[in-house]
Amino acid sequence: MNRFIPECLIITMICLGVESTAHTFGVGIVTEKGKILADVKDTYKPKLGSGIVPQEAKEHHLRVKEKVVEKALEEAKLGMGNIDLVAYSQGPGLPPCLWTGMEFAIKIAGDHDIPVIGVNHPVAHIEIAKLVTGTQDPVVIYVSGGNTQVIAYASGRYRIFGETEDIPIGNAIDTFARKAGLPHPGGPEVEKLARSGHYVELPYVVKGMDLSFSGIATAAVKLLKGGKKLEDLCYSLQETCFAMLVEVTERAVAHTGKKEVLLTGGVAANKRLTEMLEIMCRERGATFNAVPLKYAGDAGAMIAWTGLLAYKSGERTEKKDPISRWRTDEVEIKWLTRGEPQV
Amino acid sequence: MKIIGRGAEAVLYLENGELVKERIEKGYRIGELDEKLRKRRTRLESKILSRARRAGVPTPAVSETTDYKIIMEFLEGERLKELLGRVSPERRKELALEVGRLTGTLHSAGIIHGDLTTSNMIFRDKIYFIDFGLAFHSESVEDRAIDLHLLHQAYQSTHFQYLEELWSSTLRGYKENFKDWVKVEKRLGQIRKRGRYSKR
Repeated sequence: MNRFIPECLIITMICLGVESTAHTFGVGIVTEKGKILADVKDTYKPKLGSGIVPQEAKEHHLRVKEKVVEKALEEAKLGMGNIDLVAYSQGPGLPPCLWTGMEFAIKIAGDHDIPVIGVNHPVAHIEIAKLVTGTQDPVVIYVSGGNTQVIAYASGRYRIFGETEDIPIGNAIDTFARKAGLPHPGGPEVEKLARSGHYVELPYVVKGMDLSFSGIATAAVKLLKGGKKLEDLCYSLQETCFAMLVEVTERAVAHTGKKEVLLTGGVAANKRLTEMLEIMCRERGATFNAVPLKYAGDAGAMIAWTGLLAYKSGERTEKKDPISRWRTDEVEIKWLTRGEPQV
Repeated sequence: MKIIGRGAEAVLYLENGELVKERIEKGYRIGELDEKLRKRRTRLESKILSRARRAGVPTPAVSETTDYKIIMEFLEGERLKELLGRVSPERRKELALEVGRLTGTLHSAGIIHGDLTTSNMIFRDKIYFIDFGLAFHSESVEDRAIDLHLLHQAYQSTHFQYLEELWSSTLRGYKENFKDWVKVEKRLGQIRKRGRYSKR
């Protein structure tokens, strides 16, 4: 049989990804070539002054899911019939949110008789960051309200080279901002006030590759109550936390010999942090990239893209249930191991 | 001035036959913080080098410490990383046993090396531990177990062909010189299950 297939009929695979680990319910549509056709999200906002209530987040996601997927298809100018694969964030995350995303993904995939694949959320952050910045093999800094990790690929996995042993960096800054009575989100406010501040000593805690931020937040709050200027504390808080993070990143770069550094996660928006990383990279002869904010936060596109990479490398999700605790370095990165000797 | 090594925070060079480890300025952090960290760490490393030596762990002798520099003996020898790969199995076990003993002695003295790899061990007339740049004082089971775990990982990545014989000899040596080893060994098992050495 030697059938001729016209060029126009050879279409690349298209994946629809569902993100639902915490606040954000997102749907993204991405082609096998890495073209992002749509990325729509709707984010649950907790009541003023309170943190995320998982049950409320779940109800929010249930309420918006149909609308978000419709909007994404519209943005991509596609129908469900054009979709070849559905991916969902399988974990880690808040169980009620994860279940909502998984059930929805299975439902729409089942309705159209297409495969469904589960994706690790932090790995998806890394993959979308690499895609949109065009980096190949970077040391990745993943910083958000919920994460502080320095990650690099080595023999089949994204290995964690450094991370916080207590609270994430964004959380430390938010905590201080809240105690100082600054409006939410605290990060941008602290950044603004820091511009006119001067240095006050705060604990600097780096142990090998591990970071600790809880002591700094506590100390800063204490100093504020003791009468120190808010601007000075904002400045010192940023300088101290970021210097710690950059130090561990530099160590990872020196250790792995990698030539690229990539910053992602919500804190990637901070200008001072990006500036510090830029200087460190220049001094070390590495290139630096920060992910545009649109793709630094939780989004469906990152799940879609990573689902495609995994599916094409032969990955299949047998057990579909959410994995609420799932470490980045537990995931086998099959799409990078091809042609590499297995360890 | 001949630079012979460059780490994440320091450069190493030879001067008048001695080794100079100089913590260099980091442009990314503000001056006050940069100075404070470099001074504090230089002082700490120098102190730990001497303390380890006094406790019975061979380290390069420090001749002078300034704000940002440690001037010390330059050890002309072979790194254990290479040496282990070219000696007889018996000799290999002896060396691994000695590595364990030295680590045990270090931990008994309340010192954690922080970066135990066979690149940081030099054989001259005996084994010397070098690069205490990440070392700190601690008597916690967790810190000690992590120290050993890092050593195991180093064996795993560099000497995987004879990992088992190296590791069993090293553990034997460690137990000889560190009396509280039971807890550390138990914690080590837990750390391995965690997948990484972090506190989580």
